[in-house]
Amino acid sequence: MAISTIDTDPPLEVQPAWCAGAGKWRAFWQGSRAMMQIPGLVLFSTALGFGAYARDSGLSLGQTAFVSVTVFALPGQVVMVDQIARGAALAAIAFAVMLTAIRLLPMVVVFVPYIRDENAAKGPLLLASHFVAVTAWVLGMAILPRLPVRLRLAHHFGVGTALLVAITVAAMIGHQLAAAVPPALAGALLFLTPIYFLLSLLGAVTVKADQLAIGFGLVLGAPVYLLIPDFDLLGTGLIGGSLAYGIARFCAPPNSQADERQLDESTQVLSQGQPEQGQPKKSKPKKSKPEHDEPPGQDKPGRRS
Amino acid sequence: MSIILEGGWASYAALFAIGFGMTAPWRFVGVLLARNIDVESEIFKWVRCVSTALVAGLIARMVIFPSGALGSIVMPVRIGAFLGGVLVYYALRRHLGLGVLAGVSLLLLGQMFWH
Repeated sequence: MAISTIDTDPPLEVQPAWCAGAGKWRAFWQGSRAMMQIPGLVLFSTALGFGAYARDSGLSLGQTAFVSVTVFALPGQVVMVDQIARGAALAAIAFAVMLTAIRLLPMVVVFVPYIRDENAAKGPLLLASHFVAVTAWVLGMAILPRLPVRLRLAHHFGVGTALLVAITVAAMIGHQLAAAVPPALAGALLFLTPIYFLLSLLGAVTVKADQLAIGFGLVLGAPVYLLIPDFDLLGTGLIGGSLAYGIARFCAPPNSQADERQLDESTQVLSQGQPEQGQPKKSKPKKSKPEHDEPPGQDKPGRRS
Repeated sequence: MSIILEGGWASYAALFAIGFGMTAPWRFVGVLLARNIDVESEIFKWVRCVSTALVAGLIARMVIFPSGALGSIVMPVRIGAFLGGVLVYYALRRHLGLGVLAGVSLLLLGQMFWH
């Protein structure tokens, strides 16, 4: 199982070239560079939209930046700003934000094995967990298994810090531009959030049950909102999620190993770049080209996710 | 809620409470549980389904009942652009950037021709 082998260094031919003799700061730097791919850039644009929306809802520049830094989870940030715009009570906003953040729990649980070292010290891990959001998660799952264990946490901090700075800067720029942007363009910026969320979500889930959950959630979102506007997110989650779980569990092969095997294969595929490059034999031609110093996996997250 | 809009120290405290205060615990508990939690347990899988469906529901709500400037664009254009983006995403072998670009372009084009 992929997860159980994650605590040892991967074979040398799978590691990116820069890992040889690299220290933690090198890994940090490489991590922050890994952000400059499509997911990071799209996230930047989405954060622009968030900044504009925050301004629309009445937040100041400082408040927008503060929320970006302290929350660092676009679904939660968007819900918060959305609820403020609708004039909801503080407790209701808190509840809504809390609900969207539930997703962070399983994400972090799945992610921790990828960044912990032999000691698995809690302090650094707690700090590292703040930087776990969909984009960092997707990038991490693809790249981290290829790195030696000692460099993973530093790399993740690199990715996370770069993303945090990027979305905060983007939110602030979006906030300032909001007044200068015509409504049609402002609408397009705001549209980035749902479309980016969905596509990155689709790229991140590999298990059938989760895929069904996305489908049910999308379909149920509107009707449930009409029926129980105050608890619609919870309702959609519980109903849609339970339906998805039930169908996947009882209509799929009774062997629950099927899902996990799918998860393992996908994890392995992600960790090795594309399937064709998974074989060590085929990865050797790549090493002979100097311009492909970056591992294939570095580019792949942009295409896969 | 007006605490936030008034600005000042109290607003930041409120934002911290409803933002960080509501998201960080989930992350921290995730770290603490990661050792003990059985990632193959049925409960965990169910929780994952629920939270995924929840975020999907949030996405749908944003498109179908938007607030703010997105609301000024008519529903067929929003939905069409959204679905179009997803289609392009899959058609181009799950390319995130182009899927998003397609969705936004469709939205802008639709907005131009239909309002």
